[in-house]
Amino acid sequence: MAELNTGGKQSPRVDLTPMVDLAFLLITFFMLTTSLAKPHAMDVAMPDKDKENKDDNLEVADNRTLTVLLGANNKIEYYMGQLEKPLDGPTVVGYGKNGIRPVILKKMKEVQAATGKGLIVIIRPSDNSNYRNLVDILDEMKIVNAQQYMIGDISEPEIELLKREGVY
Amino acid sequence: MPKIKVKRASTTIDMTAMCDVSFLLLTFFILTATARQPEPLPVDTPASTVQIKVPDANLGTVTVGGDGKVFFGVAGPNVRMRMLERMSEKYSIGFSQKEKERFSLMEGFGVPIGNLKQIIAMDNAERNKPGLQPGIPTDSVGENPSQLHDWIIAARYATKELNNEEMRVAIKGDSKEQYPSIKKVIDILQGQKINKFSLVTNLRTEDYGD
Repeated sequence: MAELNTGGKQSPRVDLTPMVDLAFLLITFFMLTTSLAKPHAMDVAMPDKDKENKDDNLEVADNRTLTVLLGANNKIEYYMGQLEKPLDGPTVVGYGKNGIRPVILKKMKEVQAATGKGLIVIIRPSDNSNYRNLVDILDEMKIVNAQQYMIGDISEPEIELLKREGVY
Repeated sequence: MPKIKVKRASTTIDMTAMCDVSFLLLTFFILTATARQPEPLPVDTPASTVQIKVPDANLGTVTVGGDGKVFFGVAGPNVRMRMLERMSEKYSIGFSQKEKERFSLMEGFGVPIGNLKQIIAMDNAERNKPGLQPGIPTDSVGENPSQLHDWIIAARYATKELNNEEMRVAIKGDSKEQYPSIKKVIDILQGQKINKFSLVTNLRTEDYGD
């Protein structure tokens, strides 16, 4: 009897190479068009400022306030207390884990030991600082877990100070 | 003479495993994909250690970059349309329904309101050419508040009307931007009693600095 030879012995394999090619092409496409790293949001609260009668004469104890001036070239100048008779500083430091961070941590401990209350950090960006500096210092506040900090406007004598130290 | 038999190794490799892996990856990327929108003002955001993600809805983004250029965008086409309606009333510039619809598809813009019609008329590629849009004016003219102030107010009202939620404001600044231009935006926000807002950042570890 004549048998039909319809290739029953042929292997059922399919060549998958074009399929893999296509899959990798699509993967590449999706990888390039996806923005996997979604941006993060840092919340900032500014002091209320529409009170016309009082400017910013918030009375705070000198021994609890650390004023941080953001200068040019990624430099910070800090002092403790009032500018006329600072309790410490003014000193120029950089950003990051070897710059301002140990200073704030040390001050936080000292203030806590001396007064039993937390440190107040006042951030004053100068006109020559950039946006990254502002984010860096705010991030630093989050890292050291500082409870009280605010962003204020820089004053003329402070700009003079920055100029004298060559960071304006 | 005896023939030397060369054993022929098959050149076909079993592609099944590779196919499996690649399709798994493909599925993953398709599911996580949110197509990246072309931005009219590309900025390089600074990094921070904050882990909170930017919300998707009820968000107005003020982008500052390129020497103080300010762009503004709101989430949601309906909110955008309503915002434009409010602005056209305020500045008495009429927009046709077609123009409103086209505007509602724009992610962000940065032109004075007088030039908005031209920008709406352009197609996407043309519109997002770098340097084409000069930024929204941030200076107040006499008694009138700045246009950016009005846009933000309009966006906040529109969000409240349509979604019944407060709009959050995020500032997306370029890391090299000088502080005064950021300060200007913050002052405008504080001028309408927004004392709490977000700064858009990338992620980094705590051990930065030198």
